[in-house]
Amino acid sequence: MLTELLDNQVTTGLLQAGAAILLCLGVAALCRHYGVRVGRETSFSLVRGLLQMVLVGVVLGLLLTGGLLVGALILLGMMFAAGWTAARRLPQIEGSLLISFLAIGIGAGTVILFMIAIRALDTQIAVLVPVGSMIIANSMNACAQAMERFKSDVIAHVGPIEAALSLGAAPEATVAPYVQSAVYASLLPRLDMLKSLGLVWIPGVMAGMMVSGASPLYAGVYQFIIVAMILAASGLSGAAAIVLLRRRAFTPAQQLLLRPTPQGDAEHGSRPAG
Amino acid sequence: MPPDQDTAPHTADAIDLDVRGLSRRVADRLLVDNVTVGIRRGEVLAVTGPSGAGKSSFLRLLNRLDEPTGGTVFFKQSDYRGIDPRLLRRRIGMVLQTAYLFPGTVAANLQFGPGQLGKTLPADRIADLLRRVDLPGYQERDVSTLSGGEAQRVSLARTLANEPEVLLLDEPTSALDEETTRSIEELVLGINRDSGVTCVLVTHNRAQAERMAPRTLYMERGRLVALGATGEILDAH
Repeated sequence: MLTELLDNQVTTGLLQAGAAILLCLGVAALCRHYGVRVGRETSFSLVRGLLQMVLVGVVLGLLLTGGLLVGALILLGMMFAAGWTAARRLPQIEGSLLISFLAIGIGAGTVILFMIAIRALDTQIAVLVPVGSMIIANSMNACAQAMERFKSDVIAHVGPIEAALSLGAAPEATVAPYVQSAVYASLLPRLDMLKSLGLVWIPGVMAGMMVSGASPLYAGVYQFIIVAMILAASGLSGAAAIVLLRRRAFTPAQQLLLRPTPQGDAEHGSRPAG
Repeated sequence: MPPDQDTAPHTADAIDLDVRGLSRRVADRLLVDNVTVGIRRGEVLAVTGPSGAGKSSFLRLLNRLDEPTGGTVFFKQSDYRGIDPRLLRRRIGMVLQTAYLFPGTVAANLQFGPGQLGKTLPADRIADLLRRVDLPGYQERDVSTLSGGEAQRVSLARTLANEPEVLLLDEPTSALDEETTRSIEELVLGINRDSGVTCVLVTHNRAQAERMAPRTLYMERGRLVALGATGEILDAH
């Protein structure tokens, strides 16, 4: 089966990928000329990205004939990887991996099931996994953006939060403004994406459908459905992440845990002596 | 019990806050080290000591804004770990070094505490509180237009709106000029005198401790080093 995958099309693709890498390295060299040293990171990311995509291609090629269960397992694995990636941005928060995984699962999982229910998403692996991965990736970004924004807002407003706690306010009430801003911040890029759809960019799904001969009108409508579902998944994931994270921001005795360290980063359960 | 702890005999009902072996350790640092003291009902107790002595850390343990890692506090003879933290913080009010007023009007800030219980502070009560802090007629002023001294007065009134039995004051005048500092001191002493509210004042200002508190607790490196009449304690340290 592997020999079938390594056909002329793949060889051409690899040569084209090589050309794309050369162009990116050229850009990195240009950046270096202006003092921005991203050559090493760019090279590493390019090689890693290519290997990951080759691997995904091979796996999808091998699993193309698999059923819904295989597709669901692949998506579950992707959700775990997305949760791990999002949680890495918040190493200071205990349980951030579980929070991210659950938030992505709630957002992306709900939307994927909804799309299958309305028959906007085929359960064949060749369709389910690529479209599902787009939704999961956007849920991951929304989750990470919401958690980062919430953390930085809370750390920047420890004084008002503790003033409110000292007046007998419930923890949820003291951080309510930061919950709202975090969820909004996580949705903003997706809202912009929706606004600019078709005007500034023609996304990959539409382009792919047109290349493979689908009606441009249907391709456009389908692309809208995908972007709308991305917005819904992102909103759900961002909100779920913050609701889960908010509980971790306080102790059972309603004491604020997220505080700045003397180095300016977040910590759990300590503060400078006074 | 170490010899420098509060070993004086007290009748239990004369003590508002019975602090027993209170400690707080964060990572490898002991911020408050085994402090035992009885804070008497209606008194003004100053907590003083050098920077980093653990004064503010100690104060934050008294209303459970931070969790003790050792010991506890008996509030009106009840272990405070058995009291709902929200209720405890209403009964043991705290005025922070910075006023941290919430955006909006002065009246909205005063409504905040009662509002957490779904109550509305009547207009005459707001007017009364503002008169008490020498800000009559400030109800509709936006807090962004207030001076530092005015903001701290509003912060005090906001805490008093909860009708606390104990008032914790964490260097409330450290950012204010001398004249405003004196007026806030008068205000706190007036509240203590008129309402019998027990006050615990953290200050690094020795003169302020002398003006306000008959009794002083002196801390160093998280430990209670001395406790007694303010003049004697400050002369000795």
